[in-house]
Amino acid sequence: MEAGYLGIDVGSVSTNLVVIGPGTEVLASVYIRTQGDPIGAIQRGLKMVAEELGDGIEIKAVGTTGSARHLAGVVVGADLVKNEITAHAVASIHSVPEVKTIFEIGGQDSKIIILRDGIVTDFAMNTVCAAGTGSFLEHQASRLGIPIEKFGELALAAKNPVRIAGRCTVFAESDMIHKQQTGHRVEDIIAGLCEALVRNYLNNVGKGKELLPPYVFQGGVAANTGIRAAFAKFLGFEPIIPQHYKVMGALGVALLVKEEAERRPGFVTAFRGFAASELRYQVGSFECEGCPNRCEVVNLRMEGKNLAYWGDRCGKWSNLS
Amino acid sequence: MRITFPYMGHSHWVFRQLLSELGHEPIVPPRPTKRTLDYGTRYAPEFACIPFKVLLGSYLEAIELGAEAVVTTGGVGPCRAGYYAPLHQRILADLGYDLDFIVLEPPLRNLKDFYRQLRKLFPPRIGIGKLLGILSRAWVKLNAIDYLERLSHQIRPRELEPGRTTKVFEQCLELLGAATTVSEMKAAREEGRRLLAEIPVDREKELLKIGIIGEIYVVLEPFINHNVQILLEEMGVLADRSIYLADWVRGNALIPGEKDIKRAARPYLKELVGGHGLNSIGETVLYARRGFDGVVQLAPFACIPEIVAKSIIPAVSSILDIPVLTLFLDEQTGVAGIKTRLEAFVDLLWQKKRKGAGAQWKQVTLA
Repeated sequence: MEAGYLGIDVGSVSTNLVVIGPGTEVLASVYIRTQGDPIGAIQRGLKMVAEELGDGIEIKAVGTTGSARHLAGVVVGADLVKNEITAHAVASIHSVPEVKTIFEIGGQDSKIIILRDGIVTDFAMNTVCAAGTGSFLEHQASRLGIPIEKFGELALAAKNPVRIAGRCTVFAESDMIHKQQTGHRVEDIIAGLCEALVRNYLNNVGKGKELLPPYVFQGGVAANTGIRAAFAKFLGFEPIIPQHYKVMGALGVALLVKEEAERRPGFVTAFRGFAASELRYQVGSFECEGCPNRCEVVNLRMEGKNLAYWGDRCGKWSNLS
Repeated sequence: MRITFPYMGHSHWVFRQLLSELGHEPIVPPRPTKRTLDYGTRYAPEFACIPFKVLLGSYLEAIELGAEAVVTTGGVGPCRAGYYAPLHQRILADLGYDLDFIVLEPPLRNLKDFYRQLRKLFPPRIGIGKLLGILSRAWVKLNAIDYLERLSHQIRPRELEPGRTTKVFEQCLELLGAATTVSEMKAAREEGRRLLAEIPVDREKELLKIGIIGEIYVVLEPFINHNVQILLEEMGVLADRSIYLADWVRGNALIPGEKDIKRAARPYLKELVGGHGLNSIGETVLYARRGFDGVVQLAPFACIPEIVAKSIIPAVSSILDIPVLTLFLDEQTGVAGIKTRLEAFVDLLWQKKRKGAGAQWKQVTLA
């Protein structure tokens, strides 16, 4: 049996799984939609990974990341739960060792990570606004009746990108509608939106940071050629799109957990196995009445047994698990 | 009078004692919860900052408990805090609650006004000796609370049983809260020290050192900052908070203080920008000088003084080589986003610290 290391990144929009081998080569990679059901997505993802791997691979360690990393960790039995900023940085350094700036644009958040000599020296995440994220692009694509996959292609066909306000999704949307109603071509509007998104992202998330090349651009939005072109236009450099750009979080946490497992002699994984995709998980929530905070406590059960509680401020429930 | 006051960290233990010794009935507002926030956001102007909303909410909760008056502090310089009291009073009046507001402005600015306001709190005929006794007991209690809290922050990052220090410290507060005379307070302080010292710890554990700076209310009130200091300590960080209430009173009310902080800030910022903006710069400089690994800045969303500080901090950060993470706080009650950023910041600091040792990414912890 050959050794494999599994990384799982459960984000707001997509759930990604990556298995790497002893030489850090990617053996399997899965990118699916979370669709508001993280547990279901993890289980579907596990099944797909198991099929892709076939027999002959034994999972030696598992790591989870992304906004549902703690939930995912309990569901699959993770050995390492790591924040997505660190996971993304690790994968990026692994793919492009000389990287100095990482642009990562995902479904609900976008980040900039600054590195020098392979070390993270600064990072920023969008805090109050979704104007620079994948969800907004998708929303606009569906409003215009364009499949998101065609978005970039259309943007590149623009002759005169129009100016769209990029500070706020509400401003951007009303600006777009206004331009569309005065007769601008849809290509020009889309290209304008790509530029607005990049301008807002660089000014807002990248504010006060020294953005030096080489640039790595990753996350689901890196598939969008229109956004890539807008970055190149603003920065004067083509950003590098790593081969596994869609699943960098999962790759990063797989690399981290592999290193950790190899460093500990006699390490045994807590992984429940691919059979976890067949287990019955149930989540329920209730309002705790212990104090006026009325915390919304979440309870996870596996095959009828209590696995974990979370969501309380005081630890009354989460300490039970 | 049935008097209430702003709820901020552990200070209510002191205000409760002070007011009852002065012959009033202290109405302690409940610890801020989502309910407080609901009240505050419903009746405050939408653009007001989060401390304003939480305070308004907690005054309303105190009114439900029978409060007739509010004693609070004013403020100087270009910060909205100076208008909190009159605005709170008007909003409450519009809602049909006629509350007396006793506003203590910094005494060093206008001693006469300070005395006039303070006089409203004192019984009509009170001997100076008796008054000094009351004030000094409050002062002893405040210092004892700060002393034990500081101690708890030394112990928590090293505790072997997660959550133990927090429980013991709650116990310490109860002990101190029950003490009324100076000798009882000293005994409670000693008992608290002993209880904290008994917590099993890992003395060898290597810790990061992070300073916490920013606007006073969000720094001192755990409900708003999601217990950021404890979150950091539970990640193995020795977290030092720039503001303790006793120090603040000493530096702003008793003697003109905080000179070292202002001096430290001078190369970057000479003007008072209101609130704690100048302090945030000065404290970042001081933490860098004291060899801290990083600084976390806490700011209410849309707080101008902290926005000014934030835009100067990148220069301080790069000149003095100290990473700074800024967290803007508003009415979000989800803690996941804060945790993600803190965890990533801690990773960054470990990397920076161990760069010399050539141990990249070796700091990962098993879940």
